[in-house]
Amino acid sequence: MEWLQQLVNGISIGSIYALIALGYTMVYGIIKLINFAHGDVFMLGAFIGFYAVAKWDVGFFPALIISMVVCAIIGVIIERIAYKRLRSATRIAALITAIGVSLLIEYTVIFFRGASPEAYPDVLPKVTIDLFGASISSLSIVIIAVTVVLMLLLQFIVHKTKIGKAMRAVSHDADAARLMGINVDNTISATFAIGSALAGAAGVIFGVYYTRVEPLMGVLPGLKAFIAAVLGGIGSIPGAAVGGYVLGIVETIVSAVGYSLWRDAAAFIILIIILIVKPSGIFGKHAREKV
Amino acid sequence: MTKELLLKVENVGIQFGGLKAVQNVNIFLNQGELVGLIGPNGAGKTTTFNMLTGVYQPTEGSVIFNGHNIKGLQPYKVTSMGISRTFQNIRLFKDMTVLDNVKVANHRLAKHNIISSILRLPSHFKGEAEMEKQSIEFLKIFGLDIYQNDLAKNLPYGMQRRLEIARALAAKPKLLLLDEPAAGMNPQETQDLMELIAFIRKEFDLTILLIEHDMHLVMGICERIYVLDHGQLIADGNPEEIRNNPKVIEAYLGEEVVEDVKS
Amino acid sequence: MKKSKAFLSYSILALVIYAAVQVMISSGMIDAYYQNMLVTMCINIMLAVSLHIVIGITGQFSIGHAGFMAVGAYFSAIATMKFGLPFPVAILIGAVVAGLAGLLVGVPSLRLKGDYLAIATLGFAEIIRIVFVNVEFVGGAAGMVVNQMSNWTYAYVGVILTILVIANFTNSRHGRGCISIREDEIAADAMGINTTYYKVVAFTIGSAFAGVAGAIYAHNFFIIQPTTFGFLKSFDILILVVLGGLGSLSGSVIAAVFLTFVTTYLANFPETRMIIYSLVLIIVMLYRPTGLLGTKEITSVFKFGKRGGSSA
Repeated sequence: MEWLQQLVNGISIGSIYALIALGYTMVYGIIKLINFAHGDVFMLGAFIGFYAVAKWDVGFFPALIISMVVCAIIGVIIERIAYKRLRSATRIAALITAIGVSLLIEYTVIFFRGASPEAYPDVLPKVTIDLFGASISSLSIVIIAVTVVLMLLLQFIVHKTKIGKAMRAVSHDADAARLMGINVDNTISATFAIGSALAGAAGVIFGVYYTRVEPLMGVLPGLKAFIAAVLGGIGSIPGAAVGGYVLGIVETIVSAVGYSLWRDAAAFIILIIILIVKPSGIFGKHAREKV
Repeated sequence: MTKELLLKVENVGIQFGGLKAVQNVNIFLNQGELVGLIGPNGAGKTTTFNMLTGVYQPTEGSVIFNGHNIKGLQPYKVTSMGISRTFQNIRLFKDMTVLDNVKVANHRLAKHNIISSILRLPSHFKGEAEMEKQSIEFLKIFGLDIYQNDLAKNLPYGMQRRLEIARALAAKPKLLLLDEPAAGMNPQETQDLMELIAFIRKEFDLTILLIEHDMHLVMGICERIYVLDHGQLIADGNPEEIRNNPKVIEAYLGEEVVEDVKS
Repeated sequence: MKKSKAFLSYSILALVIYAAVQVMISSGMIDAYYQNMLVTMCINIMLAVSLHIVIGITGQFSIGHAGFMAVGAYFSAIATMKFGLPFPVAILIGAVVAGLAGLLVGVPSLRLKGDYLAIATLGFAEIIRIVFVNVEFVGGAAGMVVNQMSNWTYAYVGVILTILVIANFTNSRHGRGCISIREDEIAADAMGINTTYYKVVAFTIGSAFAGVAGAIYAHNFFIIQPTTFGFLKSFDILILVVLGGLGSLSGSVIAAVFLTFVTTYLANFPETRMIIYSLVLIIVMLYRPTGLLGTKEITSVFKFGKRGGSSA
């Protein structure tokens, strides 16, 4: 049952992409900005989790929560300092700023602690479970379970709470939402907070799963999560989750059939195919420019 | 004046995701006519323009211009067939000079290729000089030549509207589509503009289709008028017929008013 | 004619700069270290100007320029190292293949707009890089050893050619067509500009000159590796264009010259350099999103009353 094992591996890495992709898609949905720095928030989350576990000796779940809270705060700070002024700027200016913020976070971290990687301590028991002949790590199961719980929580927030309703209203039409008495600025900040918290969680999960964190670790998963968001239809929350899982599974398959050096290219090839064939993604809506 | 058929639009319509924005539009234009297309806000006037110029692809019907089927052609090809337009919400090239704005429209008439421009061959200089000469002539007609080196974004509003028409004209069209050319102008500017439109029509032997929101204005200069409401043609005829058409009055004033007038 | 007079004075200026530097190199006033910096400067100028035609002139936001530089670098290196062709021929091969790559990437992706185009170009550049990682013929991830053949003369001629071709293109009906696309694509289309064609042309020309820069780069540093041409390199080039002013050729050149100095002096502090770069990028975007010169050229800043002068 080799394929089952590969499938579980794919879903595990897909969970990480999905968690990061959710933040991308929420932010894009609400202010139409590709937040390039999102991958770096993910990296910060991994390091926060690392220091929490290694220095303060807390367990997996406290580390996860600490990381999510701190990342939420960082996300809001980034939004308030850099992006808030750009609401009326051109898309290119916003994108360049996001790239700038991304580089700033990466190299500030390198400046203070160097570029060397850290080995994540074992915080979860590693047991291998035999399931239909496939050996599945207990880590995978925890990762998948945590991701599902977080996604359900997000779904609850977006659809059942007042702030979720405000987020949907602002992403639909910010001006109309403002006229209806919604505090647009706070809603956008809340979106950044939630997205960044998810990225922080993804960072800790990544650290535990791959046991290695370094300051530039956010770049590639960040890009791939963005691809997952585009694949699912950017702006769509279920789309981001599905896109993340699809991408994780495809990558695992590419590696499994012996093309591991091409694994990273697979994501970009998917991106280009989707952009050319159906830029609105699987769940996206097609927007038409008004003339 | 010859009465040759220039444009024939048959049963044209477009859907946006299941919603029929415009349907069953039938318009014909004879060579040299000045025809108005009016209707209340959201009636589908600009959408109709966009279908004629290739910005939107009609989902049904046919558009025959000058004997060619132009339905489904890309906008730049429609322009090269001889249809040129202005935009309701001014779309000038803001960071280009007034002269360069007109030169862009003149582009398709010049022949010098990329290689000759890069190598600065004589054909490049000849072509560019010709473009400059022609473009300045258009600016002169519109009284814009004094602004030729200013950036388009720095022109006063009324002049920006004029520049849009000058630019459209520089593409040397047979048919000119004007989308609310007088929007936002004061009565004096509007009057001047209407006279200018009448002048260029004669001077360049143009056929003009004009969108206007203001019915009275159109009545003054158009020979025939089409009326759109809710994406459908509800009337066509000369200004007098349109003025007395109950459907048109209803579309513009709403049903209650018509009831009041009747009683 | 007024134009040929300006051309003559620019030609003289170009020759004077070349001769002055060449004399200083021959007399030993400029040592190998600074000579190397000059070549790097020339490479950066070529990269900046070749991206300027895509972003600044045509308004198509590409963040995958390093991919085309890689194509030029690798194909020119193959030409000299594997087939023993002369260096100038290798530069030409690098340019042509990079241009073809630009054409191949541009045709499908230039239908996309804004952010989507940016991401697609980044994706293509990464694919190009990963292809080189996987091709053993060019050394894979370890890279390819290339003999040093570049010098100040090659680099300078490359810069002059790049600027000349792109400036001549820009100041013609073709360049105006591209600028009109940047200004308003729908209006450009309606005025009879074949927007797809001109976007692809600008992208191809930009890619070809990125290839020239890549060829000169490849033959200057003894080794080329796929990692050099990652998206960080693309961002580096982007910074040059953005800082100089989106739409200003002279701005791109000035930014390239200036940032080459900064990079050279901060060579031992790469993190500090990147922190400064990123802060500059953010601050410029927040407070002066058009870059230092905007769409103006340095000549019009000094000559009052010329193009755009009355508005300034």
